[in-house]
Amino acid sequence: MPLFGEQRDMNMYKHIMVPVDLAHIDKSETALVVVADLAKLYDAIVTYVAITSNVPGPIAHNPEEFAHKLANFAKAQGDQRGHRTAAHSVVSPDPAVDLDKKLAGTVDEIGADLIVMSTHIPNMADMLLPSHGGALARHTGASVFLVRTH
Amino acid sequence: MSDETANQGIPAPQGTADIIETEYEIGQDNVDGSVGPFGYDIHNPVFLVSGAAVVAFVFFTLALPEQADAIFKAMFNFTTQNFDWFLIGSANIVLIFALLLVVSPYGSIRLGGSTAKPDYTYAGWFSMLFAAGMGIGLMFYGVSEPLTHFSTSAGGTALDGDMRTDWAPLGGALDDQAASIRLGMAATIFHWGLHPWAIYATVALALALFTYNKGLPLTIRSAFYPIFGDRIWGWPGHVIDILAVFATLFGLATSLGFGATQANAGLNELFGVPMGNTTEVILISAITAVALISVLRGLDGGVKILSEVNMGLAGLLALFTLIVGPTAFLISFFWDSLKAYVEFLPALANPFGREDVNFSQGWTAFYWAWWISWSPFVGMFIARVSRGRTVREFIICVLLIPSFVCVMWMSIFGGTAIHQVIADNFSGAQDAELPLQLFKMLGELPLASITSFIGIVLVIVFFVTSSDSGSLVIDTITAGGKVDAPATQRVFWCIFEGAVAIALLIGGGLAALQSMVISTGLLFTVVLLVMCYCIFRGLQSERAEGK
Repeated sequence: MPLFGEQRDMNMYKHIMVPVDLAHIDKSETALVVVADLAKLYDAIVTYVAITSNVPGPIAHNPEEFAHKLANFAKAQGDQRGHRTAAHSVVSPDPAVDLDKKLAGTVDEIGADLIVMSTHIPNMADMLLPSHGGALARHTGASVFLVRTH
Repeated sequence: MSDETANQGIPAPQGTADIIETEYEIGQDNVDGSVGPFGYDIHNPVFLVSGAAVVAFVFFTLALPEQADAIFKAMFNFTTQNFDWFLIGSANIVLIFALLLVVSPYGSIRLGGSTAKPDYTYAGWFSMLFAAGMGIGLMFYGVSEPLTHFSTSAGGTALDGDMRTDWAPLGGALDDQAASIRLGMAATIFHWGLHPWAIYATVALALALFTYNKGLPLTIRSAFYPIFGDRIWGWPGHVIDILAVFATLFGLATSLGFGATQANAGLNELFGVPMGNTTEVILISAITAVALISVLRGLDGGVKILSEVNMGLAGLLALFTLIVGPTAFLISFFWDSLKAYVEFLPALANPFGREDVNFSQGWTAFYWAWWISWSPFVGMFIARVSRGRTVREFIICVLLIPSFVCVMWMSIFGGTAIHQVIADNFSGAQDAELPLQLFKMLGELPLASITSFIGIVLVIVFFVTSSDSGSLVIDTITAGGKVDAPATQRVFWCIFEGAVAIALLIGGGLAALQSMVISTGLLFTVVLLVMCYCIFRGLQSERAEGK
């Protein structure tokens, strides 16, 4: 029997959201490969989402520059892996705490039906501060595919 | 707020300001990793040196309390007695500088670039900056200071040889009740009005400008880039940031300790809660626990909501006092106080040849050093929430409106207490200890148990917002200006503040360390004056870029 069966709906997912951390993008390589495979399988568009603060950070001096870099990243992913891409940056005055809420809001805002993101293996700290992937799965109606980083 | 971008045809960033090109990458000196399951991302060496210095000072104060007290008190007296002219004169310069910016062409420059949009509404923004700047102080001094200056003014002057021994402002107003009230209110508003807010506004503007428009990290050192250039990323910058952390943490810890003592006095008066270390330690722990929840809820979900709730409650309490108190008297009292402030301002702000040495050194110089030592903390917090405002809007909202609100607050609470003394012959508030004066005044009005309870809630919540915003500020400085460092670091600083406060409360030494914090105000006064120059340079380059 083929992996996806005869009844597979080629349009099961139309819009995949991929939250990324541009400062640690090397840790997301597996997820980026997975999302490229899924995007090609379902002919879905992939929107890379990243949260930035409004103060200068390691990636950019201001939110506009950050959006620009994210768009460049998305375009490079599309060129390299051969799927349709878009970029969506979200500005938060306090990203260390607002990240989960902002990501959940973005799912509805862009109309994503599948989220693919990297997540670490659960540990003690999750009891105090749950992982972003876990929090997102709890707060959105979209399907969530968590890819483990090692 | 979001910014959707497509793959192609991205416009070049528009409306961004005159970024300073530097090789320094934000976070390049940071050390990141994890302790067990908890991540960290801290600046090396600012985090370790400031943390270790704080611990060392606490140990010194607790191990050698007499020596520490003597040294810190001597530093404090040296500062306020020998440099009163410098503190008073510098505050004047800073105020004039800030007012000039409002009317200058630089006023139209927008923080965050010409097209930046404000992150917060006026109400949210104002509540946060006001709660961080003064909230708690107004609760305690709103009644006490008008009464004190009124009494000392009425007492006139006293001489011991050539030296004035009285505490009256200027020449006092012996046995002239109306003149004593006017002078007393002018002196009170002087300490809570334009000058302190100008100090906060200047520090906040420097940080906001160099962060949002110049692209430098959100730490105190960034404001000095025009002077030090890239050396600011080395030890000159480390020292500035470490000093800022030091002043902020001890300022918060000592306030938390004193605040717990004062809240305890209020609870004792209202509910008979026993006075003592146990209650105070419980209070500090409870305030820290609530602050922790607030810290973990972030700026929007924590400190902003608490600040708005508190400003609403404070507004209600003021309105209630105005309505059930001597309304007609208070309204004319407000205008009279404002006029008296304007009339006496030049004399009160005069730095040279003062005869009222006790007042100008013991009150004014003390206050100026205190506001200045708090300015890195309050200034940085104000900067954090002020992106998108123009310089003019910023100065008006950080300098003029809070000053006006302080005049109203002092007039309503101080006016009611003074009215109780002169019209009702009630001296309960005047004779009470400082933490109780507000409650004694409210006790003479209807619904006293409800309003006093609201008073205590306000005191406690203002402490929570201070502890919360303080943790955010210290975390940002010790993370090299990164605001997305793991939230566990904020938890660490929040608990650390509470622990330092408890250690000092139990071991003694709160007063000694407060003296030391105030002494650091002298150092920061120099920093403040340099900041004015740096702001000017920064704004000049913005204008040159036509932004």
